[in-house]
Amino acid sequence: MAEAIFEVFRGNREGGQPATYRVPIAPGMVVLDALHHIQAHQAPDLAVRWNCKAGKCGSCSAEVNGRPRLTCKTRMDALPLDKPITVQPMKAFPVIKDLVTDVSWNYRVNKKIPPFEPRPGTEWKMYQEDVDRVQEFRKCIECFLCQNVCHVLREHEEKEHFGGPRFFVRVAALEMHPLDSKSRTQMLKDDLGIGLCNITKCCTEVCPEEIHITDNAIIPLKERVVDEFYDPVLMLVRKIRGA
Amino acid sequence: MTTEYETHDHDVLIIGAGGAGLRAALGALEQGAKVGVVCKSLLGKAHTVMAEGGIAAAMANVDSADDWRTHFRDTMRGGKLLNNWRMAQIHAQEAPERVRELEQWGALFDRTHDGQILQRAFGGHTFRRLCHVGDRTGLEMIRTLQDRGVQLGIDVYMECTITRLLKDGDRVAGAFGYWREQGRFVVFRAKSIVMATGGIGKAWKITSNSWEYTGDGMALAYDAGAELMDMEFVQFHPTGMVWPPGVQGILVTEAVRGEGGVLRNKSGQRFMEKYDPKKMELSTRDVVARAIYTEVREGRGTEHGGAYLDISQKPADYVKKKLPSMYHQFKELADVDITKGPMEVGPTCHYMMGGIRVDAETAKSSLAGLFAAGEAAAGLHGANRLGGNSLSDLLVFGRRAGLAAAEHANKTPTASIDSGQIDEAAREMLVPFERKEGESPYTIHRDLQETMQNLVGIFRNKEDLIRALEDLEKLKERARRLSVDGSRLFNPGWHLAQDLKAMLTVSEAVTRSALAREESRGAHSRIDHPGLDPTWGTKNNVIVREGGAMALRESPVPELPSDLKQLVAEEK
Repeated sequence: MAEAIFEVFRGNREGGQPATYRVPIAPGMVVLDALHHIQAHQAPDLAVRWNCKAGKCGSCSAEVNGRPRLTCKTRMDALPLDKPITVQPMKAFPVIKDLVTDVSWNYRVNKKIPPFEPRPGTEWKMYQEDVDRVQEFRKCIECFLCQNVCHVLREHEEKEHFGGPRFFVRVAALEMHPLDSKSRTQMLKDDLGIGLCNITKCCTEVCPEEIHITDNAIIPLKERVVDEFYDPVLMLVRKIRGA
Repeated sequence: MTTEYETHDHDVLIIGAGGAGLRAALGALEQGAKVGVVCKSLLGKAHTVMAEGGIAAAMANVDSADDWRTHFRDTMRGGKLLNNWRMAQIHAQEAPERVRELEQWGALFDRTHDGQILQRAFGGHTFRRLCHVGDRTGLEMIRTLQDRGVQLGIDVYMECTITRLLKDGDRVAGAFGYWREQGRFVVFRAKSIVMATGGIGKAWKITSNSWEYTGDGMALAYDAGAELMDMEFVQFHPTGMVWPPGVQGILVTEAVRGEGGVLRNKSGQRFMEKYDPKKMELSTRDVVARAIYTEVREGRGTEHGGAYLDISQKPADYVKKKLPSMYHQFKELADVDITKGPMEVGPTCHYMMGGIRVDAETAKSSLAGLFAAGEAAAGLHGANRLGGNSLSDLLVFGRRAGLAAAEHANKTPTASIDSGQIDEAAREMLVPFERKEGESPYTIHRDLQETMQNLVGIFRNKEDLIRALEDLEKLKERARRLSVDGSRLFNPGWHLAQDLKAMLTVSEAVTRSALAREESRGAHSRIDHPGLDPTWGTKNNVIVREGGAMALRESPVPELPSDLKQLVAEEK
């Protein structure tokens, strides 16, 4: 039976190194299947997060051959087998153990975002053409791969000043909700630091839900921030009015 | 020994953070309770996220003739009248309000032309009734509830597993568990506990369920002395993926059939004509699952042992819009373009109708202070659940459980927990590290799955069930001697060792109940007792722990009031 060689990161906060495993290949196998095989036969304490194994929960994010992926959707037959397949934890978050990282920062950012607030006296009617663009954002499964590749977080570690693509998508879903009444532009500018994003589209490229993060969420939000805070005409008006 | 652990105090502790747990948390918060939610995974990853087709609620947005009475009748008939009628009534009456509430909290359902929530057809539902968002309704629901809960201030303990309920005399007083990350112990003191731990599918080999579905809540409740009910009724969803091997069992939503998908065998015959000519592909799940199973067994299956499910007669854009995750799932995992050709599908262990026995109004169990909702609870679905009735169940009874748990907490003094229980629970957790050269939990789990798949599957008979009970005894013995390598730091082998205990308990309860019920009803099919038996139609099987062993007794099905009896009998 054909075999694949895996080099899987084993370690914890203090450090670690790749360990080598040989795994038999079955038709249609994905990387998560291989990790489960390693757990069942070679390393029962290999730490991996997963839930649905169907690309719906966003738990099994890792870096396969250096590419951020959901391991449950990464087919072995799409990877070259003449050299070892490397599996590393997401780089932008601290390692807890092996492939499991500490993603709690994301939950803290999420908490800061003001929730949906319907207009008083709302009549609950909405039309499909008005909800289409928001439904795109609501597809997000919080795999945090976009956060992982965003260089503001990955290289510059600006976690204190920047919310990251996931939360721009969340804010976009709220801001563009046909019945929402709250403005979150101030927070986008100050707390979530949307200005730090220079739209390299790395997030869009890795999104397993194929959300157009940059084009449909971040750029329109940046425009709202610019319109509200940096529009020269409005700035002049505000100055004259003394506001 | 002195156990080291941290302690947290709550009025209401909710175990499980899927739809039922989160809705229960919101219900309890509404009453001013201090609420904690414990979950085995990260918040937002619970099994609800995988629900695809929709939420059943008689809103009558699409078919104006729909009302709670019709929904009630469909649910009772789908459950072969073994349901707790009062639960089915409450469910049908309250579901529309629960859906509207989600919308008011920010959920965005697909829309009708006149701007209302769109509803689709589903198996066993007389009218188009399922409120949905493409085929990712569960994700929309869990995000909405999760955001609302976080905003209102529930304490969430993520990646934490409860291994034992702690008691003060005859009532529940708290729960003992461990943090999956660091392996440290934790004690929650609570006046009320809500079990919202979902199902048990991981005891079967072919299942749509995630690793979390190990029956923890049912086993914890049983160990603490609560009653379980209807444990023989395990739903096999007719359509799971069958190829390639790694994806076997992954769910193919019923919405494919709801949107017009057609089932065929290898000779192209639309075989549902033989099994349910009236409802065809939209017959109830028990019927469709048995039909596919029978076609395969009699040699009319597809190349990989399934049936063909075809939606490619619909326009490709429509399929991609209404079934986007199915489109991607097949394209990426099976190299099949469902807009061009058929899928191969077969039955997969999907849902547990049985569970903790609860009171219809309050969701309280037979154990003081313990409540249960959602898949962990029994009663609403009887012998077979209709698609779409699960998400509505979570909302309706999650809320009721939360409200009742808070009310109970309000009038209950703080309990005391003796340290002996805690020491014992900790001791039990640590033993597998001390044993050396024992078996790996993974091999025991694999063998358990083989036993349940082969002997306690879609079709059952006496010999198989007796053999299964013998196997389970051996597996329990092996589980008592297993050992675990490595440290307590995020150790999946150790975690599985704990989950395995719960799976063995619920597997035994399923098998004993299945052996007792000598008839075929809903999801429970006995080859040696193929027909409905009217005397069994008046009895629920109840499982309870007596003197350390599992005891089974029969309990009468609550009788329908005459007006509802008439409603159910009406020919429609």
